[in-house]
Amino acid sequence: MQRRNLLIATGIAATAPLLGRPALAEQTPITGAGASFPRPVYERWGQAAREAIGVQLNYQSIGSGGGINQITNRTVDFGASDAPLAAAQLAERHLLQFPTVMGSVVLIVNLPGVADNALRLTPELVADLFLGKLTRWNDPRIAEQNKELKLPNLPVAPVYRADASGTTFVFTSYLARVSEAWKSGPGAATSVQWPGGQGARGNEGVANTVRQTPGGIGYTENAYATVNRLVTTQLRNKAGQFVKPEMPNFLAAAKAANWNAPNFAADLIDLDGPETWPIVSPTFILLPVNPTPDRLAGSLATMKFFDWAYKNGAEAARRLEYIPLPDAVHAAIRSAWAAVKSPDGKAIWTA
Amino acid sequence: MSHATTLAAPARRRAGDGGDRLFAGLCLGAGILVLLLLGAIILTLFLGGLPAFRAFGAEFLWSTAWSPVEGREKYGALVPIFGTVVSAVLAILVAVPLAFGVAFFLTELAPPWLRRPVGTAIELLAAIPSIIYGMWGLFVLVPLVQQYIQLTLGDALGAIPLVGFLFASNSFAGTSLFSAALVLAIMILPFIAATMRDVFGQVPAVYKESAYGLGCTRWEVMRGVVLPYTRVSVVGGIMLGLGRALGETMAVTFVIGNANRLPTSLFDPSTTIASIVAMEFPESLMGSLKQSSLLALGFLLFVISFIVLAISRLLLRSRLKG
Repeated sequence: MQRRNLLIATGIAATAPLLGRPALAEQTPITGAGASFPRPVYERWGQAAREAIGVQLNYQSIGSGGGINQITNRTVDFGASDAPLAAAQLAERHLLQFPTVMGSVVLIVNLPGVADNALRLTPELVADLFLGKLTRWNDPRIAEQNKELKLPNLPVAPVYRADASGTTFVFTSYLARVSEAWKSGPGAATSVQWPGGQGARGNEGVANTVRQTPGGIGYTENAYATVNRLVTTQLRNKAGQFVKPEMPNFLAAAKAANWNAPNFAADLIDLDGPETWPIVSPTFILLPVNPTPDRLAGSLATMKFFDWAYKNGAEAARRLEYIPLPDAVHAAIRSAWAAVKSPDGKAIWTA
Repeated sequence: MSHATTLAAPARRRAGDGGDRLFAGLCLGAGILVLLLLGAIILTLFLGGLPAFRAFGAEFLWSTAWSPVEGREKYGALVPIFGTVVSAVLAILVAVPLAFGVAFFLTELAPPWLRRPVGTAIELLAAIPSIIYGMWGLFVLVPLVQQYIQLTLGDALGAIPLVGFLFASNSFAGTSLFSAALVLAIMILPFIAATMRDVFGQVPAVYKESAYGLGCTRWEVMRGVVLPYTRVSVVGGIMLGLGRALGETMAVTFVIGNANRLPTSLFDPSTTIASIVAMEFPESLMGSLKQSSLLALGFLLFVISFIVLAISRLLLRSRLKG
């Protein structure tokens, strides 16, 4: 008897939080998997959207490659990837691709006596630092750009992401764009064969290794660098101006981009414009264009979720140091959703 | 109840036969299941790695390339194999003398009241999850290596001809082959020490007392009586530690520096098979050459572990015969 009472008591305790939530029955669960870079903003949106539109998001940040695998196998409602897929791959896997937010990559350094955003780097210097061609921080080529700084005589210790990541893809894409030697050498990918330096795991590993190594230079997502108050650098953009990694400069890159690229695969690396930060990249969602009947509700809810996020999520994204997409792009994405069709050939997204 | 039992006695005998057969069958099944599982794992790894072996041929074994750049993908296993073997062997070199000291102390020298706490502490070391070792290694051990060990050793030994290059490195971040070996040594120490302590304790007191009676010192008893008596188990314990060091993933990933370049110095960053698989697998597309290369690396790790096991068996057999 006592045991039964106990069971009932625990049963009530377990269900009580569920009962407290309004409209439990109307909650539509959606599952997504993929890139770890946008995870904080997707989770924040997920919390807000659960109350606003009754969509319960379960996002697993298993990496872009894992996300692409899972959505290809249709084990989730949507996949997420930092790098855009080629048109042929999208067609082969029957996927629709659209961007959600943008992020930027910044350089972090550990140089005693050098303040935040004081060091000025040119694209050639960055490439040569990571290629191992510049080995000392007091090299005349670096000093030439930084006449007012007293640079220490320290060895250059490049630090990179050891785990394959979208951040590395964006950063190496930038290096390959600005440096012919990098393009024909290590190249651009989620992980490359680095000519020198140390690998560390995740943004936190890179930041920690740079912090521990005088003379260290690494790259992280801007969100991570800002939240952890890391020492970042200026960078010379295509227009020849030195720019700081700040929101107006990121937004300038978003404005300069050509969003009419097929499958929204806009290229935001090293764009023109006096204020443009050169290393910005969108992150993408992959949605099946032919969802199976049991995933129809999930597909619709996914579109509803991102529709809501485009309308209401910009502030939350900005607070997490992500860059919202321009409104015109949101409209274009909504019209692209017409390509997602149920088995009887009707578009699922009607709004 | 008792009435029913007496009546069923002959029947129970038959049931017992059936039970015996069932039990034997279950045990046989369990044994075969292990074999099947092992075979299936080897087969899966080999088949998964086959495209990589086909694409690169035997060169996969000694190529140092690891470039997943689209259009000119090239993968080779030499750096991870080298890092795996060297870090594990270095770890054994550090851990075995320490473990021997611990076991010797606990069985022969320590006062009885100290044996339990020290023994328990050693066993607790084995219970710490490897991710904790990784974090501790990164935040505590790596800065120590960076500030004290690497510079000191580099200055003192870097100029020695022939072997000096082992200590001179241009990489000053502290995450290196040396740090990885040190963390691994601490991780495998409890396994080896616990095995040694247990088998040292099992040496019959008569043997030891006879030797003491002949006027042997403690060290002579250890060398002449205890070690020969326990050799098989001691080597077994070391192999257990080596096996764990070869396959350790998380702790090594944190402190080895993850560089796909052949290290020339103990203080250069490197990588291991387990570490590179853990780092690269999430971003590898199904059916891609990269994933196939990672599976091929897994297969090679299997082969390495098998070779280690075979060598230890061989060592034991030849010594037992002699």
